[in-house]
Amino acid sequence: MTEILETEAAANDRRRAQVRKSLARRNGAETRFKMLGLASVLAAMAFVAVLFGNILMKGVPAFWQYNLDAEVYFDPAVINLPERPVRQAGQSEADFRAEMLGWQRRLALVNWNRLIVAAVENAGSGVEVDDRAAVSIIDSGARFVLRDMVAADPALIGQTVPVRLLLSADGDNWAKGKLSRDLPDNRQQLTRPARDAIDALIASGAVHPAFAWHIFTNVDSRASPASAGLAGAFMGSFYMMLVVILLAVPVGVASALYLEEFAPKNRVTDLIEVNINNLAAVPSIVFGLLGAAVFINIFHLPLSAPLVGGLVLTLMTLPTIIIATRSALRAVPPSLRQAALGIGASKMQMVFHHVLPVTFPGILTASIIGVAQALGETAPLLLIGMNAFVANIPATPLDQSAALPVQVYLWQGNENRNFFEERTFAAIIVLLGLMILLNALAIWLRTRLERKA
Amino acid sequence: MFAKTTSFLAIAAAAGVLMAAPALAQTRTNIQIAGSSTVLPFASIVAEEFGQAFPEFETPVVASGGSSGGLRQFCAGVGAETIDIANASRPIKASEIESCAAAGVTDIREIRIGYDGIVFASSANGPDFALEPRFVYAAIAANLPEGMAQPTLWSDIDPSLPAQRIVMAIPASNHGTREVFEEKVIFPGCEAVMGEGTDHEVCGALRQDNVTEIAGDYTETLARLASDSNTVGVFGLSFYEQNTDTLQVATMSGVTPSLETVASGEYPVSRPLFFYVKGAHIGVVPGIEEYVQFFLSDAMAGAGGRLEAAGLIPAPAEETAQTLDNFMNGVSVGQ
Repeated sequence: MTEILETEAAANDRRRAQVRKSLARRNGAETRFKMLGLASVLAAMAFVAVLFGNILMKGVPAFWQYNLDAEVYFDPAVINLPERPVRQAGQSEADFRAEMLGWQRRLALVNWNRLIVAAVENAGSGVEVDDRAAVSIIDSGARFVLRDMVAADPALIGQTVPVRLLLSADGDNWAKGKLSRDLPDNRQQLTRPARDAIDALIASGAVHPAFAWHIFTNVDSRASPASAGLAGAFMGSFYMMLVVILLAVPVGVASALYLEEFAPKNRVTDLIEVNINNLAAVPSIVFGLLGAAVFINIFHLPLSAPLVGGLVLTLMTLPTIIIATRSALRAVPPSLRQAALGIGASKMQMVFHHVLPVTFPGILTASIIGVAQALGETAPLLLIGMNAFVANIPATPLDQSAALPVQVYLWQGNENRNFFEERTFAAIIVLLGLMILLNALAIWLRTRLERKA
Repeated sequence: MFAKTTSFLAIAAAAGVLMAAPALAQTRTNIQIAGSSTVLPFASIVAEEFGQAFPEFETPVVASGGSSGGLRQFCAGVGAETIDIANASRPIKASEIESCAAAGVTDIREIRIGYDGIVFASSANGPDFALEPRFVYAAIAANLPEGMAQPTLWSDIDPSLPAQRIVMAIPASNHGTREVFEEKVIFPGCEAVMGEGTDHEVCGALRQDNVTEIAGDYTETLARLASDSNTVGVFGLSFYEQNTDTLQVATMSGVTPSLETVASGEYPVSRPLFFYVKGAHIGVVPGIEEYVQFFLSDAMAGAGGRLEAAGLIPAPAEETAQTLDNFMNGVSVGQ
């Protein structure tokens, strides 16, 4: 009896020991796996941190540019202009417009640089600067700022007005310390008097950094690099996204609804399904080639137009939206459909009154993520001519335009260092900001609508 | 209901734009320019200033695509959907004039806007280079005379050169710059090393182990220099002048490249820059005549003008006057 008990106890002990031994091993494996997972997450986070840190470090300084607070005297001797024409009684519209054009033409021909030179000389740097050096300190777009001021209010002529003038790209680089001060004169962009004048004006407070709003309000510029902005590219991207939302979302959702709810299951629909999945995997540049061939060569749509870009991106986004919508529809329990049909709803009523409202959050998320993906797409746009230099804000989707990701590409290849260094990264920050905004919107809408549903 | 109405609206909108677009494309009111990426910065500056100076005209749109790409678009035909002006960093070829004529483009007006220098630059921290065409040829040519070993260091070629590994970044053949590089440096260097009258096919073959062909922009060449400080890169003079703090320039045959030495013809590696105007579009697309006059004005392409500040070497005033005369009198290089 005791013997048997003993052997049983021994066997139990043995078993326990065995379990304990294997438990340690299994727990060890779990810990190792958890550590491995954590390490991967940390590595991924580190990569993202390095990427974002790099972009922010290089791009954020571009949002502050140096300005000169100048007193500009609108010298009537320099601005030799007749009165701004006023429409006379009985004057025809065409005559008035011709007269106005003539006045604007004379306004454009005024030597605005003379006013800028005088303003720089009177800024109180105490450094003797010649005309060329004075002009090289201020962005060449300042001429048009002064001209537009006079065009808006001709009474300014003869007055002295405080105006904030943007420093030129070279001047800004020098003020920001991007160029080594040890370099000899022949390897500096600005002459010695110009550099000394900037230093003196910074010390006196007349030249100081200010937030560069013009990055958002100006169009791209090569003639005055310091005042180049993203407004044209932003509107181009906006119109393209409008086309994508208007076309890809309804067409994508409608095709998904038909395929999932109405279409018979046969070889043809199987083939369609396989093709949609394949289409989602087609590289985006192929859509660009297709767009160039079809929309531009056959339909003769204009080159570089946001409409064409939108159509190409629609083709690219469609499969994403169809696939996501179908999986959202598949997740609806069949009982819901059966209940609706059971109380006498038609198939159409079942889909639109019961199934679609439940899947709405999923469809919305899919659409926004599809649009965000389209917003960042560059390769197909290069093939339909959206990499042209356009110095206008497009008024309609048919006007020529740039787009945000293409602007990043164009600025990266620009020969001016303030473009390929910091401004490229500033454009990336704006683009990333928009993406994060769109994705946040998707998440917010989803949680809100899911709670409602 | 919601989905139904929106999809209907969208389809109607899509159909609407597709039908309206070709009609709108017929009446273009802005000048359309494409071509050489070397000319692009200059053309963009003039386009912007043109838009500011002429309130009655829209700002022209300038696309790149290289000299050949621009001329191909230019020769596609006459009409609002074809470009008005092609920028080129080389003269138009006879074959291009033929294909233009085949598409009905017969009135082609050539505008010579100025000159551009091509420089050899290395990292600012490295040693100085005093290059000759024959040194460059010996450094990167695949075919050398018998008995001459392929050099590894610049000092293997000539003791006056630094003992630095030979690495060069040169423009790929899609750039007009490559043609000038071959004509002004490689071929003369080849004749000096291999003897007069050597076949250009033989001269043009370059080594693969120490030459990188750059198809992209000069910023890509600059990135090569940053990653391997031994690299000697080929740049446009205007790009070098914007980046004098990181680059130092080599002399060629004893001449330092600068606006003055290129303009006087002392510096050997330079070329004229052009654009070509489609005569049939003058008077149809508004502003073409004014654009050409404005481009060639003293304030833009002239000495001391905006383009000189951007790195274009102005042509002599008489040459520019002749170019403008030819344009106004309708002198065409087409068939």
